[in-house]
Amino acid sequence: MPLLEVSKLSISFIQYAKGSLQQKITIVEELDLAINEGEIVAVVGASGSGKSLLAHAIMGILPKNVSMTGSISYGGELLDEAKLKLYRGKEIALVPQSVSYLDPLMRVGEQLRTQADGAEQLKEREGLFARFQLGKHVERLFPFQLSGGMARKVLVSTAALQRSRLIIADEPTPGMHPADVAEALDSFKQLAEGGCAVLFITHDIEAAIRIADKVAVFYAGTAVELAPASDFQGNGERLRHPYSRALWRALPQNGFEPIAGTQPARRSDLQGCLFAERCRSAEEQCGNSRPEPREMRGGIVRCVNAT
Amino acid sequence: MRLEGRNLGWRYPGGPLLFNGFSITLQPGETVGLIGPSGSGKTSLGRILAGYMKPIVGEVSALGRNKRESNYDPVQMIFQHPEHAVNPRWRMARTITEGWIPDAALLAALGIHEEWLQRYPNELSGGELQRCCIARALGPETKFLIADEMTTMLDAITQAQIWHTVQGIVRARQIGLLVISHDHALINKICNRTLKLNE
Repeated sequence: MPLLEVSKLSISFIQYAKGSLQQKITIVEELDLAINEGEIVAVVGASGSGKSLLAHAIMGILPKNVSMTGSISYGGELLDEAKLKLYRGKEIALVPQSVSYLDPLMRVGEQLRTQADGAEQLKEREGLFARFQLGKHVERLFPFQLSGGMARKVLVSTAALQRSRLIIADEPTPGMHPADVAEALDSFKQLAEGGCAVLFITHDIEAAIRIADKVAVFYAGTAVELAPASDFQGNGERLRHPYSRALWRALPQNGFEPIAGTQPARRSDLQGCLFAERCRSAEEQCGNSRPEPREMRGGIVRCVNAT
Repeated sequence: MRLEGRNLGWRYPGGPLLFNGFSITLQPGETVGLIGPSGSGKTSLGRILAGYMKPIVGEVSALGRNKRESNYDPVQMIFQHPEHAVNPRWRMARTITEGWIPDAALLAALGIHEEWLQRYPNELSGGELQRCCIARALGPETKFLIADEMTTMLDAITQAQIWHTVQGIVRARQIGLLVISHDHALINKICNRTLKLNE
C-alpha cells in the first residue's frame, strides 16, 4: 500500500472576471499519483502545470477561493483536516518553493526551531547547516540578508528531519550551486533510505533522475507520464509521451530546442488532449476526448499514440 | 559604448567583503556568463552594475546612464525571484508598462497571454510572472541586460523558448548580456565567455 495516494485530484479556482461575474479555472485535473515508503517520486513538467498546487493540496494549505475534488490518503487513511493537524510539520513536512515563505521579521535561527523540536532535531539542524556550509552566523541573519541559494538551503534545513515520514519538497534546489544541490539531494536520498517517502517537485530534470525512482511528468494540470527515472536518457526515445520527449530535448545539454506554443490556458471548454495543439503526432481523435491513463513498459502514459 | 565595473568590492554592513578588486567589462552584443558559489555576491554584483546600489570599493560606468539616474536606465536587470520584483497590488498591465509600452509581438514572443494583464501577481505562476518582468526590461533604450538566474524557476521548454527570444532580441539590438546562473550547461550553451566570482 502506498504511503501517499492521490487519486482523481482536481483543483479549480473561482475568479472574479468582470464585476460580480465569476469564472472557474481548472488548474489540476484528474491527477493520480502514489508514493511508497522509501521511494522518491519526482514531479517535473511545465511551469504553471499545477506542481505546487499538488504540494499545497497535500499539505492542506490551498487558498480559500479554491475547490478541490478527488481524494488524498496517507497511510491508508483519508488525509482530512483533523489528520493534517496531527501530522503536518511532524510526520509530513514541506520544503516550500518560494523564499517568501520565510517570516521576513524573524531571524533565520528562530524560524528553524518549532515547538515540536527537541534536542535531537536541533542537533540534526546544526549538522545540516554545517553540511551546507551555512555557518553559525547565518542563524542570526534576517531572510533579506540571505542570497537566493542560501535561502534555499535554509528552506531545505527546515524539513530534512529524521522524524519525517513524508517530505514534500517544492523546487528545493533552483539557484543553488551544483555542490550544494548535490548536498541537498544527498540528504533527501538518505531520508528515503531510512524509509521516508519523498515527493520531489522540480524542473531540474538532471537532479530528478539522479535521486528519484520514478518521475511524473506534468502538463497542464495532469500527469501525462509516469516513468522510471532511467528512461530519461539519450534522445529520450524510451519516454512514452511526446511532451516528456520535448521537455528532455529542450535541456541545454540535450539540444536546447524548444517546441513552439504554450501550455493552454485552463478553462472548462477544452475537450481533447491538452497537449494536442503542440503535438506533432496529433490526430483527429486527439481533439475529441482526454486520453485515459494506461500502463506501458513499466510506466503510465496519457496518450493514445504512445509507444 | 560599454558597461564597465572597475575594482569592485562589496560587503553587507558588518560582514566580510564578498568580493574585492573585481573588474568586468561588457561589450555591446556579447553574452557573458557569471558563476560562483551561492552567497559569493553574484546578485550584489549585478545590482551594482545595474545601478541599484553603489559599490563600497571601485566604480561603475555605463554609457547612456544619466548622471542623476532619473531616466530609463540603459542597464536593466531581471531578478531571480520575480514575485519580489513586482508591485503585488498592481495588475500586470501596469507593471509591464512601467518603463515603456511593449508591443503585442514582443508579448507573443515571450508567450504572455493577454488575460494575464488583468491579473495580480499572485494569480500568475513564477514562470508567467518572469516573462512579464522580461518584457518590462526590454525597452528600446536597454543597452545591457543582467539576467540573474532568469529562467531558473522555469521548465526546460519555456527556458529554451525564452532564451531563444531573448537571444534574438539581444543579437538584433546588440545588447550586452550578463547571464548569472548556476546552470553550467546553460552558460556553456549561450555565453561567449564566462567569469568566475570567488572560485
